[in-house]
This record gives sequence, structure tokens and C-alpha cells, in this order.
Amino acid sequence: MRTVCFYFQVHQPFRIKPYRFFDIGEDHYYWDDYLNRNVIRKVAQKCYLPMNALLMELIQKYNGRFKVAFSISGTFLDQMEAYAPDVLESFQKLVATGHAELLNETYSHSLAALKSKEEFFSLVKKHQEKIKQLFNGYSPTVFRNTELIYSDQIGEMVAELGYQAMLTEGAKHVLGWKSPNYVYSNANKPELKVLLKNFRLSDDIAFRFSNKTWADFPLTTDKFVSWLNAIPKEEQVVNLFMDYETFGEHQWAETGIFEFMRHLPEAVFRNSDFSFSTPSEVASAVPAVSKIHVPTAISWADEERDLTAWLGNDMQDEAFDRLYELEKQIRKIDDPEILRDWEYLQTSDHFYYMCTKFFSDGSVHEYFSPYDTPYDAFINYMNVLSDFILRVKEKAS
Amino acid sequence: MRVLMFGWEFPPHISGGLGTACYGLVQGMNHHNQEVIFVVPKLWGDEEPLADFVNASDITIDYRERKFKKIWKNLTYLEVNSFLVPYLGPEEFKKFTDYAIHDRTDVDESIFSNKFEFSGKYGKNLMEEVSRYALVGAQIARDRKDFDIIHAHDWLAYPAGIAAKEISGKPLVVHVHATEYDRSGESVNGPVYEIERAGMHAADHIVAVSQLTKNICVRKYGVPAEKVTVLHNAVLDASIIKSAYQKKVPEKIVTFLGRITFQKGPEYFVEAAKKVIERDPNVRFVMAGSGDLLNRMIDRVAELRMGTKFHFTGFLKGDDVDHMYAISDVYVMPSVSEPFGIAPLEAVRHNTPVIISKQSGVAEVLKNAIKIDFWDVDAMADAIFGLLHYDSISRMFKELGGEELKKLKWEHVAAKLVTVYEKTLAQRS
Repeated sequence: MRTVCFYFQVHQPFRIKPYRFFDIGEDHYYWDDYLNRNVIRKVAQKCYLPMNALLMELIQKYNGRFKVAFSISGTFLDQMEAYAPDVLESFQKLVATGHAELLNETYSHSLAALKSKEEFFSLVKKHQEKIKQLFNGYSPTVFRNTELIYSDQIGEMVAELGYQAMLTEGAKHVLGWKSPNYVYSNANKPELKVLLKNFRLSDDIAFRFSNKTWADFPLTTDKFVSWLNAIPKEEQVVNLFMDYETFGEHQWAETGIFEFMRHLPEAVFRNSDFSFSTPSEVASAVPAVSKIHVPTAISWADEERDLTAWLGNDMQDEAFDRLYELEKQIRKIDDPEILRDWEYLQTSDHFYYMCTKFFSDGSVHEYFSPYDTPYDAFINYMNVLSDFILRVKEKAS
Repeated sequence: MRVLMFGWEFPPHISGGLGTACYGLVQGMNHHNQEVIFVVPKLWGDEEPLADFVNASDITIDYRERKFKKIWKNLTYLEVNSFLVPYLGPEEFKKFTDYAIHDRTDVDESIFSNKFEFSGKYGKNLMEEVSRYALVGAQIARDRKDFDIIHAHDWLAYPAGIAAKEISGKPLVVHVHATEYDRSGESVNGPVYEIERAGMHAADHIVAVSQLTKNICVRKYGVPAEKVTVLHNAVLDASIIKSAYQKKVPEKIVTFLGRITFQKGPEYFVEAAKKVIERDPNVRFVMAGSGDLLNRMIDRVAELRMGTKFHFTGFLKGDDVDHMYAISDVYVMPSVSEPFGIAPLEAVRHNTPVIISKQSGVAEVLKNAIKIDFWDVDAMADAIFGLLHYDSISRMFKELGGEELKKLKWEHVAAKLVTVYEKTLAQRS
């Protein structure tokens, strides 16, 4: 069995409104409803609605031979309920076909796995419940941690939760000479399969598709299928993992990205022996070739494929540590608004905005940030956090 | 007496303390029925009619005048496109030049016309404007003979003062509000230093805003001490402000409010904050303002892990400035070099106890304040802690501060200035 596994990350954070020092102690609502709604509506028009329609068309046309997987963050589910019920409905219809698989993750796309097992479990549980509630009792069996962040230890926790497989990056520094096109297993819990992203072929679509200075521009379906065919016969699984916003938002409709996707399945079926599978199908059908050792955490971000997009500079570390210092007190509190804010404040994007790696991948960070500089991002977040700390203290005492 | 004064800005169109000081001084002169002809590069029309204002942009210069040619020749060395801005950090400078590019005066045409449209800003053509302004000074001095003495404020106006003196033969007083050493430390800008030096040496008498500034004039510019009189600045309004604005956080607030630049010593405030927070977590520190050291301060605060206790507000204006003073429990001005420093007096008006560096002119007049060396972060931390915890000192400061302010009025400064004029005129005759 040789197969292609498409997986899309669907996520939007709750962005914080401009929150001034003078607001601390007085204004307890932190979220920029206007901006968040506008982003959702804009991306819905450019990406979510047309791409969901296209996937539905392909699933129906190939009668289930074409399939995909999504992980939809809780913060995005909440925002769809509030601002884009039409998008939510189109996802529900896709899932109802039985050929669009859903994965679990932490509810608020958080970095909790790096800090607290208890919080991590609590956020996963909340995501499970939300998926069940919105998707007709759906219960995922595969896990995707925030931004594909993975380590042996995180894998163990995920195994403990009973998942059969987990996705992560096929990071060069972890794989060495090994190929990402096999199924691996967790170093300590072999019952957890690990699926690795083929970052070359994934990024050909996600990042390089419209790059005119790229030697292989323009990318056609025939060219892509010839690359699939060039993979050695014994390598069985090609994992194409990417942001869902690749379609129509990062790569605009004008680049032809939708047409590429519309014709890719046809080219694959005609000119190769590849099929399409979902992560759970891959995990069930393909045995693990060996264990994969990942002692320090990896992710799919930037050249380094490490955590430095979110953590590592002083601003990020301080914001992160200050936030999680509150965990013990949070456990004593039963106030729905405080719990909501606690979860939303954990979203990894807030830390991503504080990244100061200006030179290599900084421009990518800039593109996604609502702030002019990482310093602005830090000040705004810390003002909000300062107010939040006051509320937590007051409630917990 | 009638004074011909050269300034660079006048309220409401000001970018720094110079305009405010000129305003206070003119108001004080009015109080004593002294007449002032006040020249600025550009009038906006909404200035308070306190003086006989002259808009330099309206003056027609007669370039055929032979004496002018001599002045012009002396000034041509300024005609470099020097991108020189005296009071601004790099980021602010960029904003100014961006503005100047869209709003700039057209240099090429104006060389052949007899009027020069000044921007009156601190932009790209600053040196050009300074030298043109000198020609305006010469023209006014020739046309108007109805003044007794010339008074020029800070280096931007010194060339105008010198030119007016050369043409009219009337005595010149230069007023030193700041020097290049305050703005740039030891890395002084050559042409600016030269103009300052020329102004001080051409002057018949020098007024410095503090003893500290006088010392710089003597030591760095080589003027004899007896030629310099210290006239401290004053406050426009000495009344105590009772703000209704309430603080929203339970902690006490310690504030730094000013440009975040080398001159203001923000890094010492950050280090002192760390020491205080270690001993007393129930304090919040606020750094209000912007400047080229802002990002470095943010980095340092994060490195010291006090981001939830140390806040940045960015540049504050209008009511926000008053609110900031009103909710502060301690105000700190750790300036490395501050010719005067009016902000602590504003804090006193809001009944906020102040800590000021000994390297500031205001330390010479304000008695009810804690004075520390800017570099002594331990002393600064002790002082902050003391003012926050030992109520008696801050209560005392609050009670006495109001009384002190009443002595700091511009009419007192103006009265002393008139004496300086009289002495200077007497020396002449």
C-alpha cells in the first residue's frame, strides 16, 4: 500500500485588543472582537468556504477514494460559532461524509504540553467534548499537538490518553539519514504510532507554490505526481501536512492553488499507484518500522523546527512563566469567564508575536502578527496578564 | 525696556521644553510691563498675543546689503545637508524627516527669492534654516530700531542674535536652556558645539537655567564665570491640582515620565525597580514616554522577569499625562544630565513626592525632594522604598511642596532678567 495522507491545521487565535496600562484593574474584557470577526470573515471568503466546497466536490466525485484530515482548534470552533456558522456547517457536512477525519488537540492551541501535564490533559479533554458536541458524537483516535510540537515525553502523555497515533514534523535533525515516509513509534510507548510530515513535498505546496524564483515554478499536478513516483518503492506513506489557510489565503486563488488541488487526485489516480488515506487509516494499516527518538521538542516552525518561534527570548519566557505560575490558583476557581480567559491567553500565537528572529523567518512572523513589533506584542500581553493576575488573586482568596 | 527676542518655537506649537520656557518668560515680562518683540521662524496664528510677534517667514531680506553678505559668508559653513537634529532619537528623527520630506521648504527656489519659508521644525534642513534665520535677524535689526537689547534662546537662535548684534550694535544676551553636552554626552556634534560656543562668546551676558548648566558653559565652552547668571526656570501655574482621576489597581505606582533616551537615564530606573520589587512585590512601575532606548528597556524588563509589575505606556499626551501624575505615588527623574527639568514640578503640583537626580538643574531649586546620583541605583531603590512605606516623609513633601512652588513663578524670573538687562546695558555705557 502506497498512500498520500493530507492533513490540514485549522486554527485562529483570539487576538487581544489594544489594552492600555490605564485599563489594568478596570477593564476585564481582553479580546478584539472586531478584528477577530473581520479576520474570520475575510479568511472564510478567501479560504474556508471555497476550499470546503472544493473538498466536498472531490470527495463526492471520487466516492471516498479521496480523503483528508483536519485538526480544528477550540478557539477556532468558538469563533466559527460566533462569527461564521456557515463555515462550521460546511465542516460538519464534510465530516458527515465519513471521508474527512478530525484529530484532537489542546482546546486553545496551547503550549501546555511543555509545562503542565494536568493542564494539557484538561485542555485535550475539553477539545474532545467540543468535537463530540459539534460533530455528532465524533471521537478522534489520532492526536496533533499545537504546531506539531512533539517530544518523547509529549508522545508518552498522548499514549496515556489512549490515542493510536500522533503527527509531527519530519525534522532533519531528528531523522538524520532516515526517511519520513515510514510509520514510526514513540520511543517509550511503542503502541503510539508517529506520523512524520514530508516537509519537502508539503512545503512545495504550502510555501513555494507561487514563488516565481523557485526553479520548479510553476508546480503542475503532473510534476508533483512525478515526484511522488520518484520516491523509492519501499517507502509507503507521504504525509502532506499544512495550514489550511494555504488554500486561498497564503496562496491566493489567483495563483491557481485551487485548480492544482482540484486536479491533483485525478493525476495521482491516473499516473501513480498511490491512494489517499487519513491518519487513522495509515496508523491502523501500516506497521511501525522503528522507534523514533526525540529527546528535545520539535515543531514545524521556521528553519530550526524547534520551539524558538514561541519561547526562548526573554519576553516570551517571562510571559510564559508568569502565565503558568497561575495554574495552581486557577484550579481553585470556578468562574467561567476566568477559565475562558486562562485558556485563550495560553494560545501559542500570543508568544509567536513576541518572536525577535527578525532575519530568517521574521517576515513570516510579521505577516501573521497584528502588532508592529514584538515589543508592542509583549507590552500589550503583559498589561492584560497583569489585570488577569489581579482577578485570579481576588477570586482565589 | 524693549527686548528683541529670538526663539525657535512658541506654544501651542512646541516639541519640547524650550517653547514652554519662552512662553513663561514672555508672560513674566508682561507682568512687569516690559515689551518683547518675539521672533520665531514660523507663526501659526494661534499664539497667545503676549508679545509683538514677528514671523521670520514674512521678512524680506535685502541681499544687496553689504553687511549681510559678510554675515552670509560666515554662515555658509552651515550649509551642509547635515541631517542634524538636536533633540530627537533615531525613531523620532525618522518621523520628523518623513514629515519634512512631505512638508519641506523648497530650498532651490528660495535661494533666489527674498523671503524664506521656514518650517520651524527640527527637520532635515535644520542647518539651512538656522543660517537663514540669522539673515532674518540681521534684517529685523536694520529695519526696527525700537529695541534696547537682544535676547536669543538656545543655539538655533544664536546666529540670529549674533547677526542682529552686528547690524544694530545693541548688546546681546544668550539664554542657555541646554547644551550639546546634555543632549549627547561626550559625543558632541561639532557644528552645533561651534554655534553654541560662538553664541556664548559673542554675547555680552549669558543666562543659564541652572548652576549645573553654568558650570558646563564655563568648563566646556570657556566663558568666564562672572559673565554667566543663573536664572532657574519656573512653573506656569503653581496651583495644586486636585484630580478626580482614581487609580484602578491596588498596588502603589512609581513613575518615570519623559523621553526614553540616554539623557534621561531610563536604565537606572529599571534597575532600581528590580531592587524594590524584590523587597516589596506590591508595587507597579510605569515608564511613560517613547524614545530610542524603549525597546532596550522592554528587553531588560523581560530579562529581569518583572513584566507584570513594570509597564510601558508609550507616548502620553493631554489628559493622560495628568492622569499618570495623579495616580503616581512616587515620581522619579533619574536624568544623567538635565539642564533644568520641569517635569518633577508638575509631579509636585499633583501632590506626588519626587526623587530627582543631583545631575539636574531642578535639584537646585526644589528642596522637598529626595536627591540621588543618577547612577546610584541602590540609593534610588532605598528612596523609592522609603517614600512608599514611611508615610511621614511623603506627607511632609506633600504639605511643603505646594508652598515651594509658589516661589517658582515666571514673574520672579522676569524681574531678575530685567536686572540682568540693566547691568548689561550699564556695562556698555
